[in-house]
Amino acid sequence: MVAERAVVVGAGLAGLRGAEALRRAGFTGSLTLVGAEAHRPYDRPPLSKHVLTGAVAADATTLPSFLPLEAEWRLGTAVTGLDRRNGRVRLADGSSLAFDRLLIATGTRARAWPNPHEGRLAGVHSIRSREDATALRTALAAGPRRVLVIGGGFIGCEMASACRTLGIPVTLVEPSTAPLARVLGTHMGDVIGALHTARGVEMRCGTEVEWLEDDGRGRVVRAHLSGGDRIEADLVVVALGAVRNTEWLAGSGLSADAGGLDCDADGYALDTEGRVDARVAAAGDVARFPHPLYDGRRVALEHWSHAVAQAEHAGRLLADRKACSHYAAVPTFWSTQHGINIKSVGLTEGADGLVIAQGSPKEGRFLAVYGREGRCIAALSVDCARWLPAYAAQVAARAPFPPIHGAIDQPEHRPVLPPGFS
Amino acid sequence: MPEPDRQAAPDSRPLRVLVDLNRCQAYAQCCYAAPAHFTIEGREALFYDPAPLAEARADIERARISCPVQAIRVEDPERGVL
Repeated sequence: MVAERAVVVGAGLAGLRGAEALRRAGFTGSLTLVGAEAHRPYDRPPLSKHVLTGAVAADATTLPSFLPLEAEWRLGTAVTGLDRRNGRVRLADGSSLAFDRLLIATGTRARAWPNPHEGRLAGVHSIRSREDATALRTALAAGPRRVLVIGGGFIGCEMASACRTLGIPVTLVEPSTAPLARVLGTHMGDVIGALHTARGVEMRCGTEVEWLEDDGRGRVVRAHLSGGDRIEADLVVVALGAVRNTEWLAGSGLSADAGGLDCDADGYALDTEGRVDARVAAAGDVARFPHPLYDGRRVALEHWSHAVAQAEHAGRLLADRKACSHYAAVPTFWSTQHGINIKSVGLTEGADGLVIAQGSPKEGRFLAVYGREGRCIAALSVDCARWLPAYAAQVAARAPFPPIHGAIDQPEHRPVLPPGFS
Repeated sequence: MPEPDRQAAPDSRPLRVLVDLNRCQAYAQCCYAAPAHFTIEGREALFYDPAPLAEARADIERARISCPVQAIRVEDPERGVL
């Protein structure tokens, strides 16, 4: 029997855990990990938090390995193409690798500022890689007069939080009426926004940055907003979300676009005709798959725990093709902002109701549950983490909404509120 | 003058610590076991040192085994995965 060859494309969290899962499931053939970045897999969550404040060095974030991989590493080498007919991936250095089993975990990159000239100005940053975080840490340590954060998603909010920890004035501009509105709705977005305002973040919601002005020597000095206002800022952080790295799949015959690589419910890649390619699986940010908990709606999730769980699933799938089952892990994430612990379970999309199930937003400590058509679909905890597993179980069971009656520490009245999704 | 070869001393390679912060519920037992490497910020946000030096091995191990929700994993260059 010819020895089997496995290739993992993408050397981040998902690539590492997927490779480990292959080995753990008994795969004994050759294993190669390909990574565009020059580093061994590292952990990204600290990059937008304690690396920025200087509490953690960027190069301290290398991820632990949980078993000996006995793998070949091709780091600093981007993948440029996939030839399924011949079973090869093409690499940027002109070489190619043959595979019998392929795990695609190429992840995402930061969405660039739409004007490339402005995006290249000195003082304009984004945050995705270890190098990005190091550059931003250096710029913050130099003591900017004011930081402008463009985008009120989780990365933007964590960035604003890091600035306040360092005592640096910061303005956050978000086009919707509240930060985090796309993920949490405007009701909870307003609550989180108020926590930022109370800690000195200048929140500018409902407006957009139209253009960035330089000082004539290539350094950003101010931003112009859609209403005509200007913000004087010598450091600008573009936090406009992520773009999935799927361009290299063009011409491969797989079904992929800017929203991800399509997979079936097991995690196998699908071609443009909707047929499974059982040699290829995907995991992490790049994989778009039908989630059974949400009626098979196709989602691509950018969560840390999902990258781990889906990669472990995909590794098992590729190691033992008969042992597969549908991937159905409940999505979870966390964020810390101003020392506030924000955690979530489930997906809020389509929510038509919201209840404060524990605690009180006024006290800054509460748990909210999102419902849709009378079922629990998600829960959000703000400094209330010990309650979350109980409500996570309700979400996983698609329990009736509102859930759990008569628990201690519940508000006396739990009116169903509009979550505020447009 | 050449830099001293840090790799030569086996104990200078850091441990690799990873806490599953989805799982963490801020029981803070790690903070008592290894106060130099685990702290709670605010009410319940855990902050930890992902690359403690090997000298901290005993403290880190005490933190790992004391976690009520077993959220702490450690890769130790001397002892393997814990």
